Amino acid sequence: MSSPTPPGCSVTDPSDDVRLLTAQLAADPASLVFMQLAEALRRRGQLEAARKVAVTGLHRYPDLADAHDLLARVLGDQRDFERAFDEWDIALRLDPGHAGAHKGIGFLYFVAGDAARAREHLERAAAALPADEGVRAALERVRDAVPDAEAAPAAPTAHRAPGTPPALGIGHPAPPTGPGRPAPEFDAEATDLVLVDGHGMRLAGRLRAPDGSDVADRVAAELAGVSREAERAARLLGLGEWRTLAAEAAAGHLVVVPAAPDAVLLVARERGVPLGRLAVVAGRTAAAARRWLEALA
Amino acid sequence: MTGPFAAGLERLTRQAGVRGALLVEREDGLVVAEALMEGLDGAAFAALAASLWSRLARAGEAAGRGAPAFAQLEAEQGTMLAVPAGAELLLVAVAEPDSNLGLARLELIRAAGELA
Repeated sequence: MSSPTPPGCSVTDPSDDVRLLTAQLAADPASLVFMQLAEALRRRGQLEAARKVAVTGLHRYPDLADAHDLLARVLGDQRDFERAFDEWDIALRLDPGHAGAHKGIGFLYFVAGDAARAREHLERAAAALPADEGVRAALERVRDAVPDAEAAPAAPTAHRAPGTPPALGIGHPAPPTGPGRPAPEFDAEATDLVLVDGHGMRLAGRLRAPDGSDVADRVAAELAGVSREAERAARLLGLGEWRTLAAEAAAGHLVVVPAAPDAVLLVARERGVPLGRLAVVAGRTAAAARRWLEALA
Repeated sequence: MTGPFAAGLERLTRQAGVRGALLVEREDGLVVAEALMEGLDGAAFAALAASLWSRLARAGEAAGRGAPAFAQLEAEQGTMLAVPAGAELLLVAVAEPDSNLGLARLELIRAAGELA
């Protein structure tokens, strides 16, 4: 994987003095030195320490694609592939051309046996990292498995590419599926989401305000017709199908995603959860909600 | 494009991947200033952007999360981003699908601070 090089920082070296970098970060906690420190710890095999440093840094820089890539690589080393996928997915949302994230997700699809999607991402990684032998070797193997005519079409954005269930029409990537990665069940009693029909009626879920009051029905009412409104705006702008409507607010983040032709799902979390990660969670939950609705019918 | 907001909008649209931007009256959805790609109906865009913002604001208030400080509508071919510019205006931009949204968001927030 490419090592992240934050602006103003020197290139990370395996021999970096962790103690020195720790002291630098302690002296200036807002600096981007956390990237170098986490990378140095990762290379030394101190993965849990690397993870903590990266997570702490991401609290300050939630929109830094390189930092999500770094955390993903640490998680990958810890064999937490599910969360690694999420972090790479966030990196691609922030920077759709991020080579490290394409490489990471490509490898995950490769391991999961989805050669078409692996090829799609590895080709983008190879274009940006032509000297990376690991990418080249993996790409050769997936090209053998997926001839040109069968390859997945080039993704205009990362959002459509990895694992999006096409039949669901939901624009958020699901993690690689396969053995050990069953599709999540929809929890109709969850307390941090609300599934709403086109008339603003709550279909499932509960939502509590920070003061503990139940606000699900009020929120549902405010979302009546939001899907059509988002669709109109996206169409006017020539943007195609809408995928998420998201807001950062003073007391938390909200993401609304289409869950069925006439239903939307709203997921809420505290501000500490990056909007990109929340969008991934919302997309995955919406796919589960769709299955739940289909089972009800 | 002329007027007091022209320079700020033009600076924003010079960012890689930003296709256009406009400044909107948050309450009534009227265009205050625009720097949009040719062929786009600025008035309709402004009205829809203000309406979506208002919708998210009401949902945020109902959920006890407060009014939005940033919002985005993400679609398969690009993203619309919006931030408040002062108490009455909304700064909206449209970004290409392959653009760096993290950077675009930061630029939008910075520009809104200058325009407010």
